[in-house]
Amino acid sequence: MRENTRFWRSMLAITWKDLALEWRSREILTAMLVFALLVIFIFNYALELTPQTRSEVTAGVLWVTFAFAGTLGLNRSLSVEKDRGCLDGLLLAPVDRSAIYLGKTLANLIFMLVVAAIVLPIYSLLYNTNLFLPGLALVILLGAIGYVAVGTLLSSMAVQARTRDMLLPVLLFPIAIPILLAAVKASSGFLQALPFEEISPWLNLLVVYDVIFISVSFMVFEFVVEE
Amino acid sequence: MDRSKALTTLDIVTGLLMAGATAMVFFYAPLEAVMGEVQKVFYFHVAAGWVGMLSFLVAAACGVIYLVSARKDPLKAVYWDRVAVAAVEIGMVFAFINIVTGAIWARPIWNTWWTWDPRLTTATIMELVYAAYLMLRQGIDDPEKRARFGAVYAIIGFMSVPFTFFSIRIFRTIHPIVIGTNEAGAMGAFDMTPKMAQTFIVSLVVFSVLFVDVLWHRIRLAALADKVEQLKLQWESQGGE
Repeated sequence: MRENTRFWRSMLAITWKDLALEWRSREILTAMLVFALLVIFIFNYALELTPQTRSEVTAGVLWVTFAFAGTLGLNRSLSVEKDRGCLDGLLLAPVDRSAIYLGKTLANLIFMLVVAAIVLPIYSLLYNTNLFLPGLALVILLGAIGYVAVGTLLSSMAVQARTRDMLLPVLLFPIAIPILLAAVKASSGFLQALPFEEISPWLNLLVVYDVIFISVSFMVFEFVVEE
Repeated sequence: MDRSKALTTLDIVTGLLMAGATAMVFFYAPLEAVMGEVQKVFYFHVAAGWVGMLSFLVAAACGVIYLVSARKDPLKAVYWDRVAVAAVEIGMVFAFINIVTGAIWARPIWNTWWTWDPRLTTATIMELVYAAYLMLRQGIDDPEKRARFGAVYAIIGFMSVPFTFFSIRIFRTIHPIVIGTNEAGAMGAFDMTPKMAQTFIVSLVVFSVLFVDVLWHRIRLAALADKVEQLKLQWESQGGE
């Protein structure tokens, strides 16, 4: 029992450290946000988001935006640790390695959700649609969990490679496809107000992949940071 | 390291089996009533897809074995890393054969080489997962770390492979299912006659033998490459010019 609370406390300490760092520097969130807004504006020109086409592509545009902004944040969150030798410090600490993984994942998840929480109202405002649906919020939460779970693992590998910044999207996107696809399908289901029976298979798929990615990453993370 | 007798025998057996399977496809299996000759691509199409899946499974399994055994005996564990890379490379080739033969079949049946059907799309994404695997390995210089990361990526990458396989069942797809029941929208489905089923089973078995043979060659090649590397280092350390 005491071992257990120690684990959770060290995990939360790592999350707290990331959040405090971000609170002082605001490096990651600003970059993710500006980038996300730019992506939406580029999509506006590229797809001519007129009211008719909009309703069908909104889900796709949102998830591409989140995925791209997410890679930016993931890359930064781990390269900061690598560059300044903080990762070695973390590894020297008498803390379970999976606690480090979960702590970083939780911090990245919070960043992604904050970005989503700011992008959604702006998108609603710009395109005069209502994106404040509980269903959509649930999909974004589930999608972000899976994406960040596998993203944190892969980005801790990518930052140790020679081609680091280039590598993360190449590694992450094909693996995250089940998550992104299910998330897009479920979001567009909620946006088009489809009956729940048609959306639930995608939600199930999201939950299944969340569980798979979290548990596998949790198990293999210690091999990724081994020196 | 001479080529072992067993490997040479396996080469010959594989060659004969491949010739036999090809002959069976063309002369033993009956012509499909609606699709005609182009249906014959099915035997090797599915067999290649099967070998692709099998190799990615082998790579993931070797990844697990590598990670477990590297702690105890890093030198011995290198063997499993070699098998994993070999399996990934072979799997990519067979998955590619699978896609290309599918396109050849789809041209007359679906009237297009390619369609953005979920089955086709996920199969191609699977190919990209393993392209990323090879890129990851290329980006890391330390061989021990390369093997470790490769193992991790092969395990997590394999998580998307079952998705490929079952996508045919969760999506509405036009890709036919020959084993099991088809959905209403599937185009180009057919029922196998006993002779077709026999040819199909033989193709699967023969392709599996081919996989073992090629895998063996590739592992041997990796071992030789490592040996050359060692000799080079030795020679340089002795001040060779």
